[in-house]
Amino acid sequence: MKRPLLGRAIVQAGLFLALLLAVPYVLPNDYYLSICILGCLSAIIAVGLNLLMGYAGQISLGHAAFYGIGAYVTAICTTRLGLPIPVGMAAGVGLSMVVAWVMAEPILKLKGHYLAMATLGFGIIVAIVFNEAVDVTGGPSGFVGIPRLSLGGFAFDSDRSYYNLVAVVLSLVVLASLNLMRSRTGRALRALHVSEKAAASLGIDIAAHKRFVFVLSAGLAGLAGVLYAHYLSFVAPASFGFGFSVQLVVMVVLGGMANVWGSVVGALFLTALPEALREFEDIDILVYGAILVLTIMYLPDGLTGGLGRLFRKLRRVGKGAAR
Amino acid sequence: MLAGAPQYLVSGLTQGAAYGLIGLGFTMIFNTTGIINFAQGEFVMLGGMLSVAFLGLGLPLPVAVLAACLATAVVGALMERLTIRPLAGAPAINAVIITIGVSILLRGGAMLAFGKDTVALPAFSGVKPILALGAAIQPQSLWVLAVTLALLAALKLYFSATIQGKAMLACACQKKAASLVGISVARMALLSFGISGLIGAAAGAILAPITMTAYDVGMMLGLKGFAACILGGLGSPFGAAAGGLVLGVLEAFGAGYVSSGYKDAFAFIVLLLLLFVKPSGLFGKAGVDRV
Amino acid sequence: MRLHAFFCALAALFALSASPAQAADPVRLGAVLSVTGPASFLGEPEKNTIQMEVDKINAAGGVLGRPLEVVILDDETGVNKAVLATDRLLKKERVSAILGPTTSGNSLAVMGKAAAAKVPLISCSAAEKITKPVNPYSFKVAPSDRLAVARILAHAKKQGYKKLAILTVSDGFGQAGREVLKELVPADGFELVADEVFGPKDTDMTAQLTKIAGASPDAIICWGTNPGPAVVAKNRVQLGIKTPLYMSHGVASKKFIELAGEAAEGILLPAGKITVAEKLPDADPEKAQLVAYAKAYEEKYHAPVSTFGGHGYDSLHLAVKAIEAAGSDKPQAIRDALEKTKNFPGIGGIFTYSPTDHAGLGPDAFIMLRIEKGDWVIVGD
Repeated sequence: MKRPLLGRAIVQAGLFLALLLAVPYVLPNDYYLSICILGCLSAIIAVGLNLLMGYAGQISLGHAAFYGIGAYVTAICTTRLGLPIPVGMAAGVGLSMVVAWVMAEPILKLKGHYLAMATLGFGIIVAIVFNEAVDVTGGPSGFVGIPRLSLGGFAFDSDRSYYNLVAVVLSLVVLASLNLMRSRTGRALRALHVSEKAAASLGIDIAAHKRFVFVLSAGLAGLAGVLYAHYLSFVAPASFGFGFSVQLVVMVVLGGMANVWGSVVGALFLTALPEALREFEDIDILVYGAILVLTIMYLPDGLTGGLGRLFRKLRRVGKGAAR
Repeated sequence: MLAGAPQYLVSGLTQGAAYGLIGLGFTMIFNTTGIINFAQGEFVMLGGMLSVAFLGLGLPLPVAVLAACLATAVVGALMERLTIRPLAGAPAINAVIITIGVSILLRGGAMLAFGKDTVALPAFSGVKPILALGAAIQPQSLWVLAVTLALLAALKLYFSATIQGKAMLACACQKKAASLVGISVARMALLSFGISGLIGAAAGAILAPITMTAYDVGMMLGLKGFAACILGGLGSPFGAAAGGLVLGVLEAFGAGYVSSGYKDAFAFIVLLLLLFVKPSGLFGKAGVDRV
Repeated sequence: MRLHAFFCALAALFALSASPAQAADPVRLGAVLSVTGPASFLGEPEKNTIQMEVDKINAAGGVLGRPLEVVILDDETGVNKAVLATDRLLKKERVSAILGPTTSGNSLAVMGKAAAAKVPLISCSAAEKITKPVNPYSFKVAPSDRLAVARILAHAKKQGYKKLAILTVSDGFGQAGREVLKELVPADGFELVADEVFGPKDTDMTAQLTKIAGASPDAIICWGTNPGPAVVAKNRVQLGIKTPLYMSHGVASKKFIELAGEAAEGILLPAGKITVAEKLPDADPEKAQLVAYAKAYEEKYHAPVSTFGGHGYDSLHLAVKAIEAAGSDKPQAIRDALEKTKNFPGIGGIFTYSPTDHAGLGPDAFIMLRIEKGDWVIVGD
């Protein structure tokens, strides 16, 4: 029973990767590639956040902080400390997970809006540190001179090669998430979402499961941060503020809660939308806000949920016509 | 060590009263609908910007401020009617995302309508500071404190002495039970958004002479207001006001004695520690889990 | 015969439609500006100025006999947006040079991209890191904070001040100013008695000012852009602090006086000449040009002219002049010509670039002003 499910996830993730890798061949120019890279990075965080929010039911309004920790740590390690890039990357991901592990105990005891406030406060504190610790982070005007990524002698110095790397990473993250949700742990997470008391009475260790998914999603955010820093070779605190945390939550909800593919769609959609709206010039912000409101109003289960319903309706109509 | 303390206290109380007022707006909406309204900060922004705009049209200051508050109340009510009510039955997180969308719309609309510049509103009664107990107090600070107290008193009266206020409290306690005894929950939600808009705009208008205002001040003020009502314990108007005062005083003393760069961080660290010790805020009742 | 006429007509038509297309092949420049977001007070006048000047240049026959086109993209004062906008200009619009970005952070973020594509970039921001060390493809037009700080300290020295306090905003602008102040204040023989900061969205600075007053400095230097410094000015009056207050060039616009009201009286600040174009002595060689620009801008946009619009003006005209000098709109040729710019009279000052100096301005970029009765007064020193 388990085998075929794993097989199906591998096929899905493989097809997804093939689709991603084919994208550059149909793009008219490399400018769109930059959008795709940033979109994939956001998708990595959104998939992780969805594990926390959609499946385990714990909101986080501070995920940009983990993204930022990943980015700044690798930046500092690979420049100031002169460490090799793989070490810096591991340190970036590792530290964001350690911070999450430490925070998990007190913060995940909180519920609902209190949890939202606590994660929000955590995010703001971290953002202030990025901004004020000028000697370490370079302060508000940013951190310059981060090396472009090269691993095992291969330099990812073109946008094309970097995109391929990010696409592979995203596909692996999707694959792992699909598998996780079909595992015993995944079922436990969903159980504690519905009712912590019921889950506890089934012998599920609530605190340990919450901590696990919190640390995992923080690690994914850190991973995206590391890739971001080595892509842009520049980081500034403004990229990791409250605004981005909120945007991540919007990506998850807009894509569809508790749906791995939804987060990918939501992240790509929200990253590309403002670029597509450039044609509207001054009123683009109004169009953006209106699209956001209308999408949530008319597709309460997110973009993927809406697409799914449309698909089923079409199939029904198709069947009816066939008869 | 204590040098400047009276001044920090005065600054903190002024700022804190405004945070409390904004927190009050959050509380109104939360109590009737269970939604955290991320557009609350934009109501505050509208209060300030519309006051300046109406003043520019030649209205006298008190009329301009009043008109701005009423106009924002209408915006709040419209927001509920057009974007929140159609959602009925959807998960609360969807409503929260909607309020984020509305806040983007309001901010964008204000930018296009009023421009991107920071603007100032004249003080309600002069700018000559009053010197007392080693602190200089702006007359406008007294206005902020007075308006906050007046609005708190009015709300208290509303909830305890009017049938409508009691109906709204009933919605806060138990929506289903309230609708069973014949209260229109939808109308109460509409009303709560309206009142919340009014309170937010009042906060924006009384604060504008001190702090000035621009189309993009809403987000930060909204965050502080949210923090105020969590600090005080979500759901209690008194708690929100008190939480605001505590937050404002924390910030002022943090800037004075710790570091001006880390003063917001200082306030939030205290907030986090408090939540870790008492997960339902200063005045919240433990064990209430409405979410 | 009729067929022949038809073909002639067709050919003529073709020629007619083809030749304007040939001539209409424009010189394409790009601009990444913070038209919205926190730095919009900088980006908007830059955008307005560039649009106005492009129209003027095209009305006068364009560049190299071809029309000039500037693709202006808004980065919303965000790093990611600035990077995407730069990529779009380089890879999709294929521009010959990039004007902007508006802010230091965004300029530092996209410099590498422009250099990798070998396209010159003329930043409208002030950070020294943009041109120090010299990046062959990065130039800037906004005067370095170092020049403004030097101006203030020279004035303070003349007044005999010894102890100075600084109060800076914690964003890119304030940070850059703070770094230079912390270096130059002690280096010039002053004592730095207080170093306070405030957030860009802070609305009350009495706590910081109370702390500063406790250190009893001879003068306070505040570094920020609206609205923070206006709050500082108001709080200072409210607290009854009589210590002289210097502001940075970041508030050198009428907007600041409007916001601070009576509290602005007596404040000193360094500013670009454009701020007081009309008040300059007639002997000033730049006066005519500054007045002409100020008049044109104020007539067209019904908004007071500012130094910031001047950055847009300078970046555009420097690029245009380099294209004309090079006789080509090839990015490499523009870069080479830019580096040879000598004594170019801009709005921000007289620009002279060299292979070792891509900042181009000298200390005469700033003059000292005092606010009196709601207006600027030039302070001779």
